[in-house]
Formats: sequence, C-alpha cells, structure tokens
Amino acid sequence: MKCLKNMRGSGRMVLTALGCAALVVLSANAKVDNDPYLRPEMVPAPADNAPNEARVELGKALFFDPRLSGSKWISCATCHNPALGWSDGLPKGIGEGMKELGRATPTILNTAYNKLQMWDGRFRSLEEQALGPIQANVEMHKDMKALIAELKKISGYSEMFEKAYPGEGVSEKTLAKAIASFERTVVSTESAFDRWRMGDDHAVADEVKRGFSLFEGKANCSRCHQGFNFVDDGFHNIGLKGNTDQGRFAKVPVKVLKGAFKTPTLRDIELTAPYMHNGAYKTLEEVVDHYSRGGDMKEGLDPNIEALNLSKQEKSDLVAFMKSLTGKPMDITVPHLPN
Amino acid sequence: MKIKTKIAALTGIVSALLICSAVQASEYEITQEHKTFKQNGEKVERLQVKVGDTVAFRNGDRFFHNIYSLSDTKNFDLGSYRKGTARSVTFDKVGLAEIECAIHPEMYMEVEVIR
Repeated sequence: MKCLKNMRGSGRMVLTALGCAALVVLSANAKVDNDPYLRPEMVPAPADNAPNEARVELGKALFFDPRLSGSKWISCATCHNPALGWSDGLPKGIGEGMKELGRATPTILNTAYNKLQMWDGRFRSLEEQALGPIQANVEMHKDMKALIAELKKISGYSEMFEKAYPGEGVSEKTLAKAIASFERTVVSTESAFDRWRMGDDHAVADEVKRGFSLFEGKANCSRCHQGFNFVDDGFHNIGLKGNTDQGRFAKVPVKVLKGAFKTPTLRDIELTAPYMHNGAYKTLEEVVDHYSRGGDMKEGLDPNIEALNLSKQEKSDLVAFMKSLTGKPMDITVPHLPN
Repeated sequence: MKIKTKIAALTGIVSALLICSAVQASEYEITQEHKTFKQNGEKVERLQVKVGDTVAFRNGDRFFHNIYSLSDTKNFDLGSYRKGTARSVTFDKVGLAEIECAIHPEMYMEVEVIR
C-alpha cells in the first residue's frame, strides 16, 4: 500500500506501463485523490504571498523570536510550542506578566486550511492573525511601530526581509506575511487513519473502524467535524458547564452564536490536550462523555448536539478512532536568531 | 349576450388582477446544500427580487443552518433549523441584503431588492 501513497504525485505515470494490474491500482488511486478525508497536497496561500524558502525561513525566525514581545520573553512559539502539538498543554494560555488568558491556546496545525482564524473567527487570514497576539496587551504586548524600528536595526533581519520580500522593506505587512508563510508549513502528516483510507486494511484496528462508523453515524460528530481536517469552519455552543464566554456572539450578534466557538481540528488530537476553548477536559474520554450526555448547559446549546447515550464500548471505539488521527510530528529545528 | 360579455370581461379583469398580484409578490426558494446557497441546483451569489417578494430558505444539509441578515435593508434571524425544513422572509424595502448562515460563515449570498 505504500506505493499507493507514493502514487499520489508523479509516480502515477510509471504504473500506467504495468498493464491491467496497474489499471486496478489506478482506479483505487483515483478514489484516494478524491477522498475528502485525505489532506490535499497543495497548501492554500494568497496570491500576494506565495511561499518560498526565504519567506518560510524568515517567518520561522520571527515565530521563535521573543524580541517580538514587549517583555522580550514571549515568542509565538512560547504558546504554540512544537513540542506540545503547537499548543501549550495548558487549559488556558499564559500571556504578558504570566497572567492567564481567557481561552485555550489553539494549535496552529493546519491553520493554513482555515477559512477564519481564532476561536471566535475574528481574523480572515493568517496574515491578519499574525499581528493580533503580538500587539494584544494581554498576550505579547508589543507596540508595532517600536517592533518594526527594532527589527530594522538588526542587520540579519534586514537581509532576510530583503531576500524574502525584495523591495518591500521591513514592515508590519512583510512581518505578517513571513509569519503566515511559516505557519503554512505546519501541516498534519500521514496518520494510521490516512493509511487505512488509502487502502491498507491493517493500518488500524477494528475498534478504529467501528469508531469511524460511529463518528459519521450514531455519534453525529461529522455534523461539525468534516473533511480531512475535521472542521466545518463553523461555530457552535457545545454546552460547556459554567461557560460565560460569549465567543463568536461578540463579533456577530446572532442568538445561536452566544457561547459559540470555532470547531477545532481533530488532527494530532492526542498531542493537543487539554480540550475545548477553555481547556475543560484533560482527556478524550472526558470529551466523548460530554457529547454522550448531550452537553451540560442546555441554554443556547447548538441544535446539532443531542444526548447520544453511548455504550462503554462505543465511547472506547470513538477515542480509538480519534487517536488514529495523530501523525508523526513534523521534524522541526529551532532557528538561530539573527543579530 | 350583453350580460355574458360583461361577465367575460369581469372574469378577464379578475384574472388579470390575480396574475398581476402574483407578479407583484413572487416567492423564491433558495436551498442550502453542502454549505452553499443554491437556486434550482446552481450556486447563487445574488438574487434579484421585488419589494414584497418572499424568499424561502430550505436546508438540504444533514446538519442545522441558521440564516440571518444584519443588513439595513432587512434585518432578520430565521433561527436554526434542520434538514428538509424551510423558513421564509419577505423583503419589504429597496436595497441590498447580505445573507449568511451564522453557524457556517462561509455561506454568503446577496438579495437585491428592487421596486
């Protein structure tokens, strides 16, 4: 089945010469290419910020550079830590002055594919999003004008910006474009679930297969968690106990959005605990229990959510399925920051 | 003959009025399929209607939609409703109404209301 995976690119031409047997594989490959549960090989990027090596390298340096914060102590990677699933392992993020933030740190994995960014969807692109936390008083608390002036004084950065964005200079715009370019390289890798979807029947255990059937069927998970990234780019109030955060409603004042948050990806889900926008649950078992009882707060509850009364076996199968979505973490080296 | 002619004429007038009234207040149906607004199976980005016309939004997806507009032309919230059901709104003012699904903001269309 490895060959099927390899065939997803240029390898397809080789097999056409192998006769009838190859034709059978080719038709299987067509199925693979159209499988909505497999990550598209092309990562979307805006026309004015097509990725290249210089842009990604610059973005990576900026992402890991604590000088982007007012305290010169917090970098993007402080909260979006690659060793912790590009999140921080905490129920809620920690910002300026070690103060706890209002929401959990979302992973940046596969954010390139998101139609809206942040838990409340307030930014439309990664470029817009990149500038938010840097300037937010409670997060990195950095004055943008001061930051650009400081970056211009670092000769290594001036060279990197010129190489990445010739003639565009060191600016808020190029800073955002570079960070977004790096973030677009943080994408999910092949998981056991993917290998199963590509035809390897032995890639996952039966409990995973049963869990996937439940996911698409009785458990209603795929009403919101759809496609390869298991998101619907939508907003839902999932009935978390004690939640007072208005979420998307603060941005779009429509009743159904009170306490609603963006559906998070399930890719690499094992690496991004705790779960939910407020880090309410430490384990996937707790998450499945939540949905099985149909949430806790019924007021404003998203109508897609209803009590499921899952059996112990069904809960266990769902957890096994979700765990099969975790791929091998991408190799990441920490950059040497320019001076 | 004269009476028959009058009756025929009256019938004609009534029919014409009915047709006229139907023209003045049309009903349209927009479906939501795969998180896309469609009219007769085709994606619709802008629908032109006249003042007094009604548009029904029918959910064809297996999950809930919540159609709303915060536009000055027509400010409404149809609430959340499931597959196979529809909710309607009548446009009573000239202008442009931006229509979205609150749950799935990628769903967007415009209704242009003319006289």
